[in-house]
Amino acid sequence: MYEQFKVRAEGVGAELHRFRTRGEALGFIRNFLQEDIAGDPQSSAVWAPGPFLDDIDTVRLGREIPGLKFDVSRQTAADAKIGISEMGWALADTGSLVADQSAVEQRLASTLPAIHIALIGTDRVLPDKTAVFSRITPATSRYIAFITGPSRTADIERVLTIGVHGPKRLVIIFVDEMEGVSA
Amino acid sequence: MKSEFKESIEKAVNNANLTGALGKFSEAYKVNRTRAYEGIDFEALRTVIAERKSYAAGHLDQMATDFTRNAEALGARVFRTSDPEKVKEYILKIARDNGVKTVVKSKSMATEEIHLNSYLEKAGIEVGETDLGEWIIQLAGQTPSHMVMPAIHMTKEEVSDLFSKEIHERLTTDIPQLVEVARRELRSKFLAADMGITGGNIAVAETGSIVLVTNEGNARMVTTLPKIHIALVGIEKFVEKFADVVPVLDALPRSATAQLLTSYVSIITGPAPNTDGSTKELHIILMDNRRTEMAADPKFKQALQCIRCGSCLNVCPVFRLVGGHVFGKIYTGGIGTILTAWFDELKKSEEIQGLCIQCGNCKEICPAKIDIPELIMEIRRRLVQKEGLPTLQKAIYSVVNNRRLFHGMLRAASIAGKPFASGKFLRHLPLFLADLTDGRSLPAIAAEPFRDRFKKIKQSKCTEKAVFYAGCLIDFAYPEMGEALVKILNKAGIEVVFPEEQTCCGAPARYSGAYEVAAKNAVDNIKALLSEEVQHVISACPTCTVALSHEFISTFESLGQTEWLPKAKELAEKTVDFSTLVKKLVDEGRLTLKEGKKLGKITYHDSCHLKRTLRVSAEPRELLQKAGFELAEMFECDSCCGMGGSYSIKLPEISAPILQRKLQNIKATGAPVVAMDCPGCVMQIRGGIDQDGADIRVRHTVELLAEQLEG
Repeated sequence: MYEQFKVRAEGVGAELHRFRTRGEALGFIRNFLQEDIAGDPQSSAVWAPGPFLDDIDTVRLGREIPGLKFDVSRQTAADAKIGISEMGWALADTGSLVADQSAVEQRLASTLPAIHIALIGTDRVLPDKTAVFSRITPATSRYIAFITGPSRTADIERVLTIGVHGPKRLVIIFVDEMEGVSA
Repeated sequence: MKSEFKESIEKAVNNANLTGALGKFSEAYKVNRTRAYEGIDFEALRTVIAERKSYAAGHLDQMATDFTRNAEALGARVFRTSDPEKVKEYILKIARDNGVKTVVKSKSMATEEIHLNSYLEKAGIEVGETDLGEWIIQLAGQTPSHMVMPAIHMTKEEVSDLFSKEIHERLTTDIPQLVEVARRELRSKFLAADMGITGGNIAVAETGSIVLVTNEGNARMVTTLPKIHIALVGIEKFVEKFADVVPVLDALPRSATAQLLTSYVSIITGPAPNTDGSTKELHIILMDNRRTEMAADPKFKQALQCIRCGSCLNVCPVFRLVGGHVFGKIYTGGIGTILTAWFDELKKSEEIQGLCIQCGNCKEICPAKIDIPELIMEIRRRLVQKEGLPTLQKAIYSVVNNRRLFHGMLRAASIAGKPFASGKFLRHLPLFLADLTDGRSLPAIAAEPFRDRFKKIKQSKCTEKAVFYAGCLIDFAYPEMGEALVKILNKAGIEVVFPEEQTCCGAPARYSGAYEVAAKNAVDNIKALLSEEVQHVISACPTCTVALSHEFISTFESLGQTEWLPKAKELAEKTVDFSTLVKKLVDEGRLTLKEGKKLGKITYHDSCHLKRTLRVSAEPRELLQKAGFELAEMFECDSCCGMGGSYSIKLPEISAPILQRKLQNIKATGAPVVAMDCPGCVMQIRGGIDQDGADIRVRHTVELLAEQLEG
């Protein structure tokens, strides 16, 4: 199913990376942030809370990478170039990510920045919408978001253009052993 | 003086940007849509959607009650009203109560339906559309030309001019740069807005959820950044269960834009936290505006199954020429015609319903299984019922309902020499058409109609007999087609009977909404065609075949007439189209085509009624290939030729470019012969080829096969 997801997600312009451990994934993100924002004092990133960060020393990580913020607010998210958030499921048949984004930080980090880095466990891939609909309860998940590729429009002369209001890049990071320790 | 409507058509068909963009899109759409549905059983999917949506439409009150209870239990406020004015007042009151100065909106047809923007702006509130297409037309002061792609009629040059004016900076026509400008400009509006207004693609009764489907990400901002969210939902958007969302989401993006899923789908159930930690003020307005009345109408209830994908626009041969503005200010295309008749008023649909050429393309692809052509016919019928027929048409149909007078006039026309030289009636008779239109020659009325020629044909007595229903065109314009048919059936050992009392099939009257006239025609024909005990009633005109096999019955049913229904059903059972019967005769070995002939390339045009109502498309192709023709398929072989009965006289400005497209596709195959099974299509296409001067023969399959009989 992962392979099908990969084909579908890349088919709509998402970028995919897969790592065995959280540590490896963190290493990738660290490099990504350092290359993209660390050199530029105007540039910043926001990282929305989630289990991935559970045993990570965010204070230290924040010091390591200037511009990386774990306080996701309207202002920090609007200013950020990169937003990082975790997703709940991936759907193989459409290449979509699904998350309960009732917490506003999750929405801000995945909506306002130009680049959205989406973290997800490889074991979270489901076949299709039917599978995910049986796992979500709208009464407790008040804002369920499906994200399929970056923001797009074809409203001018039907020319497909990526990145109109939402992220221009969607970078999906799969982690095989999400449960394991990060370091 | 030209009517405003005719002027708008003329403006549209002469707008090269519009027809170019729509034409290109419609061609790409067909291919991409097919690809998007790969691996999906479309019939099964649309059956589920139709069933689920029909259930909701049949229980609107319960849906609204459940939805309200469930959404309010979670803290949303639900306002239910049938009156568009009350919707606007409610929204304004919330705005005033909260000191709202600016509003951002994501795309919502329901808000367009009630003209919400201008109402709020008059009250001093700034309203910003944020869907790129909607923003463009808002800046241009226009209305959407397509339900899904509102600015499809505009060029990048026009967009560049608009944006340049807006930001006081000269911009290029580079599309990514223009999109970037929109991102920047609208970003500050999102962040500053006090209120967000959305529509709702689906409303779930069981959970009180609203589902929003977008690509740009604007709906996520509209529902996240301002502290107040108002969702305006037409109550046709209901589904009963949360699981019912799945089939709608399976179909909506695939049918709308040929995507597997849009970039974003948001399911909002009760208020979520705001960015400052407070809880969102969520108002959901359930708007009726005649939808309940529609649900109570046995014919129109199915229109509430619509999921607003716009695919009926994308495959419409008329829409791709004229675009949405001709249809009015809000809902456009096939389904738009129906919605306008209800949400606005029946009278308003009077002109736009005439745009439908009844080709049936939209019915084939509707993911909610709505019989759009049939509903448009019903609008016609009700308009005629309410407003009456125009005097001239009334006079014409009184002639058509009197066979002797009707046929007498057709004969008189041929004697007069020039086809449509004299008499007001004759000039406007259905099918026998007036004023030579540009780009097409019309046939002269035959000196001797088929009914006279038939008497001179020597047939041997056979035990098996078939009644031939000629229809007006073969009888009075193309008698040679009738002779060819007799020749073929005789070869198979079938004697042809031609009941003289047969008359017009009633299609012209029916397609004009004059069902009473059509019913009278039906009765006359049933009497004539069932006068003799035969196995088959055969016709070489698909429109006539459809009349005999489907429409006599539905005309009686629409009028609530039961007297002739059993006989109509008996006739329907016996009726068969030419190619289907002949294919059967060939397969049974009763008819043999000359073997081993090399007749060269041929291309085949599918007539609308044959392909989409009678479901016949392989039979004529197989017969022609068996006869020795080498089939070269044309692009869009089953796209309408633009004839549509009297459509080509009523709206020649649309019919002509549809014909031109067909001619181009025929010519592109390089085949010297184009075959078809409909004398109406022959008339249209032969006339077009004649004016065009191309060296291509336009033939009815019956003529081509008659030349290739063995023995």
